[in-house]
Amino acid sequence: MENYLEVKNLSVSFTVRGGLLLRTIGVVKAINNISFNVKQGEILGVVGESGCGKSTLARLILRLIDANSGSVSVKGKDILKFSNKEMKHQRRDMQMVFQDPYSVMDPRYTIFRSLSEPFQIRKIKHTRAEREKKVNELLAMVGLSPEHGLAYPHELSGGQKQRADIARSLALSPEFLILDEPTAALDVSVQAQVINLLMKLREELDLTFLFISHDLALVSYFCDRVIVMYLGNIVEIISADKVGTHAYHPYTKALVDNIFTITPGEEKPEAVLEGEVPSPFDLPPGCVFASRCAYVKPLCHETAPVLEDNDDGGQMACHYPLSNAKLAN
Amino acid sequence: MSLLKVSNLAVEFTADKKTVKPISDISFTMEPGEVLGVVGETGSGKSLTAHAIMGLTPLVGGKVSGSIEFDGVNLLTLSASEMQKVRGAQISFIPQNPMTSLDPVYRVGDQIVEGLRKHLKLNRWKAKTLALELMEQLRIPNPKRVFEQYPHQLSGGLKQRIVIAIGIGTNPKLLIADEPTTALDVTVQAQIMRLFKELTTEKGIGLMLITHDLGVIAQVCDKIAVLYAGNLVEYGDIREVFKKPKHPYTKALLDCIPYIGMEKGSLAAIEGNVPTATNFPIGCRFAPRCGLVMPKCTESFPDMVELAGGARVACYKYTEETVAG
Repeated sequence: MENYLEVKNLSVSFTVRGGLLLRTIGVVKAINNISFNVKQGEILGVVGESGCGKSTLARLILRLIDANSGSVSVKGKDILKFSNKEMKHQRRDMQMVFQDPYSVMDPRYTIFRSLSEPFQIRKIKHTRAEREKKVNELLAMVGLSPEHGLAYPHELSGGQKQRADIARSLALSPEFLILDEPTAALDVSVQAQVINLLMKLREELDLTFLFISHDLALVSYFCDRVIVMYLGNIVEIISADKVGTHAYHPYTKALVDNIFTITPGEEKPEAVLEGEVPSPFDLPPGCVFASRCAYVKPLCHETAPVLEDNDDGGQMACHYPLSNAKLAN
Repeated sequence: MSLLKVSNLAVEFTADKKTVKPISDISFTMEPGEVLGVVGETGSGKSLTAHAIMGLTPLVGGKVSGSIEFDGVNLLTLSASEMQKVRGAQISFIPQNPMTSLDPVYRVGDQIVEGLRKHLKLNRWKAKTLALELMEQLRIPNPKRVFEQYPHQLSGGLKQRIVIAIGIGTNPKLLIADEPTTALDVTVQAQIMRLFKELTTEKGIGLMLITHDLGVIAQVCDKIAVLYAGNLVEYGDIREVFKKPKHPYTKALLDCIPYIGMEKGSLAAIEGNVPTATNFPIGCRFAPRCGLVMPKCTESFPDMVELAGGARVACYKYTEETVAG
């Protein structure tokens, strides 16, 4: 399969200023030398705890914020080098669905007006009749009726609003969607509706997804491959069907063990992960996960592991990966 | 004697001369040290039930009927000042969002101390010592330092622990936690839930855990109450309900949850939405979304029936069987 998106050595850091003279008091390495590919037609998941850089990564790829270094290539072209005009054109193909369906739509616009705005901005579908036809098609695509178009956002339920937002993202027939926690604000029953809708749309429209979530069970169900992030670094890239059984990185394993399954009384391994994500200021020289890792050894505090290929076709950044350790025993 | 006995609880609101009943006919009991999970989708009346038990509905203009017996006393007959002595001291509430439930301009330590001084009548120093002990029990690292900090200086997990410290500090008999971990990461959620489990087993506190996360309920609770559109539709022992859900809604809800190793394309959804209180359907409120709907489901509301093993369910599928059997 061809790569749709290639991210190479992408980094961004934010300077934090404080005090009376706004002196620099620290540098947060939000995204630290990240490389990965998204294949054409693939659903790639990104998981991690809050503050690990998932959403920053999405914003970097869409150039909503500027990277310090690295490259983001779409079909072989580095979009970080694009001019504003070229980028405006490029954004037609790359859209984003946001986490909070309650704040995405303008509360004073009807859904119809919000959905027809992309056409006005791009100066296509000039007549009202043309736009109406297209918007109704979009609504039908996401399982809403034309009447929903006449409603204001507050009149819709969370699930309907999220459908409307997906319709908005599809308005200009993009090739690639970044879904940033699209179901985090929804009930499980509605989450299932939205996930099934996204699967259907991907088939029908031949889309490529980058799916950001903190829910590892959902990601492993919905995605083909999963990127696990920790403090701005990729610690593991793993095929979704191996998440539960063949995690190489102790952090991935810890995330799996911390999921509450719906089997009451199931024996759970004892606390595998104490504490919280440390502050991203002045990261230690070694492995970023060393402070919480149950398998930590002296080397982990000294040198940072790099992302390497493993036997299962994934990649991991760990000096003492779990699956290998098991083999050695 | 049960710790809490709720019978035929209903809340109604009147607005523009129209009366709506967002919750009605809710009955359940809780024993000391028991963890009851209350589950349901948005708009099912979970939080309103909690507010009614806490006596907080007057704040939003609701009228409560039925009875709420706590430790043998019907809370609905208490005056506002009597209720104030129960609330916070014997029944504590842990709200959903730790980010907004702490006062941003007071140090977190002082916010723990405030409740201890009011309800336990402690002096400043004793209250501070107790607060520090509580913080230690909840494994807050470096309690002395955290005591002096403001909410914005703490992480979400720490803030939630502070809110829990405020909740358990007065040694309540019943703790009501409304979505206590929704805003937190899974790793932090696991820590908080372990804490809850310890509190209930060691101190015998009854915990009512309101959440839409069935995974949390499965791991922490003893009993489960499933609410749908303001009605209790199923109540029973956690293992029973998860192994063999009786109500079609409970079953549908369990089928919506993805798990690791799930086969692609097998995720079921419940189509449609929870009806709002202004237009509840006649008959069973789940009927419009139910796969097993029968003609009588849309005519009248099914009564709660008790099945063998103590489980209770409100569905005509089971009234039929019991009548026949």
